[in-house]
Amino acid sequence: MVSTTEDKKLVVVQLSGGNDYLNTVVPYASGDYYDFRGSIKIDPEDVIPIDDEIGLRPGLNSIKRLWDQGKVAIIHGIGYANPNRSHFRSMDIWHTALPEDIGNEGWLGRTTRDLDPKGENVLTAVNFGRGLPRALGCRGVPVASVGNLETYGLFPDMQDDDLRKFALDTFSKMYGAAGAGGPVMEFLGQTGTDAMKGADILRTAVERYQSNVEYAGNSIASSMRDAAQVMFADLGTRIFYTQQGSYDTHAGELATHQKLWSDLDGAIGDFVDDMDEHDAADDTVIMVFSEFGRRIKDNGSGTDHGSGGVAFLIGNSVKGGQYSYYPSIKEKDHLEGDLRFNNDFRMTYTTLLEDWFGLDAVPIVNGTFEKFDFFANGNGSNGAH
Amino acid sequence: MTTTASRQEIKLMAHLMRRAGFGATIGELEARAAKGYATTVEELLHPGEAGDIPQDIIRRYHVDQSELRQPFSAAGNWVYRMVTSANPLEERLALFFHGLFATGYTKLNQARALLNQIEMFRRHGFGPFDTLLIELSKDPAMLLWLDNNENHNGHINENYGRELLELFSMGIGNYSEDDIKEASRAFTGWTLGNVDYMAMRAMKDSIWPYSRIAWHFNFDEGDHDAGEKTFLGETGNFNGEDIVKIICKQDAAAQFICTRLFQFFAADQVTENGQVCIDEMKRSYFESNYEIRTVLRTLFNSSYFKSEEARYARVKGPVELVVGAVRTAGSYTKPTLGVDDVAQQAFFMGQGLLNPPTVEGWHEGDEWIDSGALVERVNFVANELSNPDQPGVRTIINRLTENKESGVTAEQLVDDCLEAMGSLDVSRDTLNVLHDHVAGIEKATDDKNELGSRIAELLGLIGASREYQLA
Repeated sequence: MVSTTEDKKLVVVQLSGGNDYLNTVVPYASGDYYDFRGSIKIDPEDVIPIDDEIGLRPGLNSIKRLWDQGKVAIIHGIGYANPNRSHFRSMDIWHTALPEDIGNEGWLGRTTRDLDPKGENVLTAVNFGRGLPRALGCRGVPVASVGNLETYGLFPDMQDDDLRKFALDTFSKMYGAAGAGGPVMEFLGQTGTDAMKGADILRTAVERYQSNVEYAGNSIASSMRDAAQVMFADLGTRIFYTQQGSYDTHAGELATHQKLWSDLDGAIGDFVDDMDEHDAADDTVIMVFSEFGRRIKDNGSGTDHGSGGVAFLIGNSVKGGQYSYYPSIKEKDHLEGDLRFNNDFRMTYTTLLEDWFGLDAVPIVNGTFEKFDFFANGNGSNGAH
Repeated sequence: MTTTASRQEIKLMAHLMRRAGFGATIGELEARAAKGYATTVEELLHPGEAGDIPQDIIRRYHVDQSELRQPFSAAGNWVYRMVTSANPLEERLALFFHGLFATGYTKLNQARALLNQIEMFRRHGFGPFDTLLIELSKDPAMLLWLDNNENHNGHINENYGRELLELFSMGIGNYSEDDIKEASRAFTGWTLGNVDYMAMRAMKDSIWPYSRIAWHFNFDEGDHDAGEKTFLGETGNFNGEDIVKIICKQDAAAQFICTRLFQFFAADQVTENGQVCIDEMKRSYFESNYEIRTVLRTLFNSSYFKSEEARYARVKGPVELVVGAVRTAGSYTKPTLGVDDVAQQAFFMGQGLLNPPTVEGWHEGDEWIDSGALVERVNFVANELSNPDQPGVRTIINRLTENKESGVTAEQLVDDCLEAMGSLDVSRDTLNVLHDHVAGIEKATDDKNELGSRIAELLGLIGASREYQLA
């Protein structure tokens, strides 16, 4: 199958709250790691090794399977200069690609605009979750935000199907009436009518979906299944966004982190299998990121906010391997108690935008950045590791 | 004896309460209309006791509203006040200034400082504009948000100076780049008092409500540039207060603040008649030494505000929408768990309270509406208002089913619901659709319970209408 950049899709999974890098990709050969992590640690025998020095945390069996197939790129030490340890500010920086200023356009909102400059498809970007992340926010760029695909639409809480149909009919008449009321009433009417149309289109995705993959019942699995349904319905959606959390493990980290990553690993594994079944895997790349990593030294029960983190890119078109390098854990190398970032997250963005979507990344990420070569068919990009 | 208000008086009162408050149901409208319009305006302009549970009690017993590392619990706390306050205009005005002087959580990571800023708006919002701007310039959340703590003698940081002139008081085109620099010099030394302590607390980053205190203002005389400055044509050894005083006497400042108040309280678009009203407001601004209370009095009593042109001339903001629906439904009368969810709902509709997207605040008017936001708005309001278990909905049902042993016509039922919700108006087309809906679904209305659920459903549909998106 010959694919063009028009078929390329990006699935972004945001790990909200600050994922603990050290306990995700574990430096199990490092004495420093075990010195600083008195209690919040992964023992060497529990690690799933990927080489002699590092390994994946327990539970990442699907990611390990994909790693072995050469479909996983690990971006070590990702971050930005002068790291901010506020969740909101740091996430904002990742969303707007602007570490120095307060921005008002999301990088994926801009990407959506560039992918669909005339705004012909209201479903070019779809967020799976409630409330639009700032990454997708961009004036004049419509983005659908779907809390639950099965119940997406108007009056989802009405239990009686007949009453609901009747209410929907009344809604469409109330918003469809033309004429009186001036431009704002007309705008409201048009928007309401569009909303109903969008909901109707999205609902067909659920009806048309058939798969042998059975996703788990947790929230990230549901979101990934919803994304798969929209993807396979061929609605022209290019950007799929979802999030999982909270990774803000100040206390009780070991149990929480384990549960989150097991859920995520299962969801990613099922999603990739589903794409394989639907012949969509070659055209899709998944990016997993978090706003920051966590403090090197634990606090006895969890870890506090840190800086340098880890991102993953997963997909058939990804050239598997480790990119950049694991930051030093030695005390002299710490940045205020944290891992020191060694590559700007906008390098990853730039690589995705240019080598995957074929767009000009500079105006989207607010500058020129070196690229990674994590795509098998990267067009002349440079490696940074 | 009070006299019964006419239908026109009730309609006018409903309009006032949609603007100076978050709407009011028919019972409140009748009571206020009996006192008269001008008296009600004065009551709204002179808030008394809010009537809600004191903040210290809420902080002690409702930790869900006190978790200050995230904006939603603090936003929930404010939403609770908006929903329960006996002084709706005080909260509306605080919401106006929050949008105008938009300070956000993202940079502060400290919701206590933001709530303190909102409290400052309640304290000074009705007072002179110059006093408010001076308080704003000393406000710890603002000092951090716009980096005035980095504004030093000899090394100015222009962020606050620039936004003070551009976004908070006059608007672009009314000052020069030099004026920004000179204003910034005057605000050097206006900084935070307890930064080292706060930094230490932040390192601890505890989640518990009592472990964080807010910053406080400190004037660092040693870091203040006391030299001569020339600002907007005047020369002197100006301090920040002097800069604010010079700003407030400019016509541009009067035009700016009066227009913004007009757009928030009267109409999204300024028409020719609207500008006449703004000119009246500007006269009041100068005659009262910049007192916002006087400016608002002029607005609410103006012929423009009372005219048909001003009715439903604003798109409700998300917070306004959810608070209005919750007040009608009566779903929160005590600081119960879940009020932070109401704040989240407004966020889903595009307005994250205490977390505006940028210092410019939110884009208001019809920019609130896109298909995703509209779905959220319709679903939330319809769900609140169609639930007969909500005390406010129950009150409306009881009112409409009393003395109605026999069936009512579809027309009568729709009219009664619109009236009970707050003397609302809808277009002829919408009215016809609602009539058809009731007539089509209604088999018999003899049974009071059946009639009750029909009413609740109808309230939800009215809440889903285009007109309900407007105030």
